[in-house]
Amino acid sequence: MDSLRFCNPKTIKEDNAIELLIDIVLLSFLVCIAFAIVRMKDLFAVIMLAGMYGLLSASFFVTMDAVDVAFTEASVGAGISTLLMLTTISMTGRYENTTRHRPMLALVVVFVTGSLLIYGTLDMPYFGSAQAPIQLHVAPHYINNSMSEIGIPNIVTSALASYRGFDTFGEVVVIFTAGVAVWALLMVNVQRRKNTEIDDANNSTHEQHFIVRFVAKMLIPFILLFALYVQFHGDYGPGGGFQAGVIFAAAIILYSMVFGLNTARRVISQPIVQLLTAAGVLLYGSVGIVSLLSGGNFLDYNVLSADPIAGQHLGILLIELGVGCTVASVMILIYFNFSGRKNDRELEEHKETT
Amino acid sequence: MLIAATVAILVAMFLAMIRGIVGPTFYDRILAVNMFGTKTVLFISLIGFVMGRPEFLDIAIVYALLNFISVIGVLHFSGSVEFRHDDHDNSTVEKDS
Amino acid sequence: MDIVIAVVSAIFLLLGGFLCVTGGVGILRFPDFYTRIHATGVTDTLGAGLILIGLMLQVPDVLVLVKLVIILLMTLFINPVATHALAQAALKSGLSPLLQSKNHKGG
Repeated sequence: MDSLRFCNPKTIKEDNAIELLIDIVLLSFLVCIAFAIVRMKDLFAVIMLAGMYGLLSASFFVTMDAVDVAFTEASVGAGISTLLMLTTISMTGRYENTTRHRPMLALVVVFVTGSLLIYGTLDMPYFGSAQAPIQLHVAPHYINNSMSEIGIPNIVTSALASYRGFDTFGEVVVIFTAGVAVWALLMVNVQRRKNTEIDDANNSTHEQHFIVRFVAKMLIPFILLFALYVQFHGDYGPGGGFQAGVIFAAAIILYSMVFGLNTARRVISQPIVQLLTAAGVLLYGSVGIVSLLSGGNFLDYNVLSADPIAGQHLGILLIELGVGCTVASVMILIYFNFSGRKNDRELEEHKETT
Repeated sequence: MLIAATVAILVAMFLAMIRGIVGPTFYDRILAVNMFGTKTVLFISLIGFVMGRPEFLDIAIVYALLNFISVIGVLHFSGSVEFRHDDHDNSTVEKDS
Repeated sequence: MDIVIAVVSAIFLLLGGFLCVTGGVGILRFPDFYTRIHATGVTDTLGAGLILIGLMLQVPDVLVLVKLVIILLMTLFINPVATHALAQAALKSGLSPLLQSKNHKGG
């Protein structure tokens, strides 16, 4: 409430009051859910609540007008991460271990750090203030010159892919590294997959869900199409490579959940996914190298074409494609390895019992 | 009217959230999350209209799709986890007897 | 004409909002899982449909209308299927409905 006094009073209209109210309600929901998550011992329930948390925070981002962030939160927080956490839990166990010791020291450390952080925020400029450093440094340049320098309507995409292309390259490399690490740790023996025993076990569990199979079959092409729309519409509306990659991967994961992992592996072979993981990063990097060789800076797309704006468009299209490739294939790779692990274990248990 | 509908959605979200936190069985929680997801889709569409930015609808579409995927995912894995322990126990008991 | 559309849209939105709140009350107050799934399954789809139709009457351009129709279609397909799959999974996992006789014994 205090921050309101320092804002320009003209901007506080009825609309803003309603938005503020909605923000407060959403944030208090978030706090409720966070407390519930801390108190739960049942990890399944925790995952469900974490899904709700993701849904809520995306709604919050939407009310804050951060559409691209909301899009990412929608596809990552509420979609993929729930699925990946569930695969993890299906391998570990459903209940949290009870801790015997009382971690008082940790509580004190957290409390002190938290209060220091809150104390630190007192020095920060008020929310939405025009004098905040973020509004005075490079942001005005991006906002004012994006249209003339890059020529695409979505400023977030132009900042992400062009002005801050190097940072995004770093993010893609991080995702690639995570995918490779998971693959190295959980690599399943593909040779063993040949036997049809798992196949039957896998299919039999889904035979009954006729309606789910039917609707999934109908929806999957639509989801893939929508992912492509998000990928290539990122210049004009919310979206881009990250979100498109996650949506694409979600469609493949849906397929492999409904029709069994081995059917999915037959449709999309794992070696190709592994190749694509690296190909995305390579594509991104080579756009940078090409721009270096053409006489510009690393990831300076102006030199890619005779017309600087056309060069920017081409560069952004290519690197978004690279991002999409890497993100989608890393997600698919992680899922395949996790659930392949699980199948292997089930098979071993099956063998032991028979 | 848009505001009234938004408030109604927020109230429904709150009620679903309570069920998700309290929910005695695992399936109650899935139901609550599913309902919460539908409400989020509606909330985002409505907010888009309230703020005059209908491109928010893209996000609503993503939600509607991912909501389905996550419900199917949860059921898929709940089957494999919860059952695995129960079934395993049952089958060994049957074999012993 | 405009006022008619505005009024009709308002009626749809209010009805949809009312149904959503009803579903919320249902999921909170009903005694067991199967009655709760009944409460939300019915009201969710209808409430969402009504609100989306209410929004459709106010659209500024065609692309928005198309997106709303897509959301409506997906809600109509996905919600009942999700509810069905959930109920089936619950029944298979051995979660038994709360029956009258059991209730008498219990209480």
